[in-house]
Amino acid sequence: MRDLYDRLTMAFPLGELTEQRPDLAFVTVPREQLRSLLLHLRDQEGFTHLVLLTAVDWLEEGHFQLTYLMNNRRACRDLGVRVMLARDPASMESIHDLWPTAATYQRELREMFGIDFPGSPRVDEDFILEGWIRTPPYRRDFDTLKFSDEVFAPRPGRASSDPAEFMKQQLYPDKT
Amino acid sequence: MKDDFPTPPVRDELKKRVVETPDGQTIEIDPLRDYYCQSAPTVMPAAYSKIVEGLFNWARAESLWILGFGTGCGAIEMRPLMTPRFDAYRYGIQWRPTPRQSNLFVISGYLSVKTLKRVIRSYEQMPNPKYVVGLGSCTINGGMYFDSYNTITRLDQYLPVDVYIAGCMPRPEALLAGFEELKRIIRAGKAEGANQYAEQFDWYKANQKRVIHDWDMPDYNW
Repeated sequence: MRDLYDRLTMAFPLGELTEQRPDLAFVTVPREQLRSLLLHLRDQEGFTHLVLLTAVDWLEEGHFQLTYLMNNRRACRDLGVRVMLARDPASMESIHDLWPTAATYQRELREMFGIDFPGSPRVDEDFILEGWIRTPPYRRDFDTLKFSDEVFAPRPGRASSDPAEFMKQQLYPDKT
Repeated sequence: MKDDFPTPPVRDELKKRVVETPDGQTIEIDPLRDYYCQSAPTVMPAAYSKIVEGLFNWARAESLWILGFGTGCGAIEMRPLMTPRFDAYRYGIQWRPTPRQSNLFVISGYLSVKTLKRVIRSYEQMPNPKYVVGLGSCTINGGMYFDSYNTITRLDQYLPVDVYIAGCMPRPEALLAGFEELKRIIRAGKAEGANQYAEQFDWYKANQKRVIHDWDMPDYNW
């Protein structure tokens, strides 16, 4: 992976290389350079397959991280390209013209994280959730327990306990 | 109930439209009025005599026809049940592919809001008398999905439930025991779920509409 990274840094302003495994590594790239980097990887370096496009919500830092995971099937290795976005309003350039499958991922990200991809096909239609009207549910400032308690009328009497404490009391009741 | 949410747009196939029939006539179709029965369900009175109603209930208990609609992971327990290993057919229980031919709805495990919409439609299309069995902890109090944003936590808020079978997952033996329990309830004349649904129709509808925001179907689609 180091050789590839050295080649790429000649042309692109990349961040540090994070090598997870010999065949899997991640780099960070500014969002203006993303498209040209993806095109370069696809056409010159043999990373022809977009494995996935996913997001991480860094709530405290106030940004989203998009990860474009690319696969080079011939060389059997994966490269993840990370992009940091402003969290509010979250918007990103679409890459559905590079890989048609990206349109599906972008629809999902639009619905679950509220990241907009202007121009992506059917991006504003409902994807999995039907008629969702609140904060996108995968954002970390969306409190699912509070939402569930409010909307789904929980049955009273449900109790939960810490598994470690519970087993300690079950196994060694005299020592607590 | 929050009413300030925007009403979703009506789906294209539910909009009024003008169509040309095969014999050349031009007619106007209003799918919500023409394709569905909009009138609310009614309570089915018991038979005129107690002994006849008892006979009916005995017959109902011995013919349980399950709607083959697996809503969650619990549906996997129905495969060994309907095959030789546990063979529910020897108890007079069998599966049907359509709601029109079945009278028992097994809600198998977690129920997402999206599935709930389809479940309500299927339930309303089943002929009376009909029964609902809630399978697994998810239907009782949410189970491991108690804090999920898209699975309901209490089934009995949305449909009348006759029997709950606890477990995550309950074994096929537990399901058989649950079906036997349901038969006892039916024979005792206490499985009045469909009548309860008709009596408290407004309450059930209000609950259903509180969670299903894109309600683009009639209130009662039979």
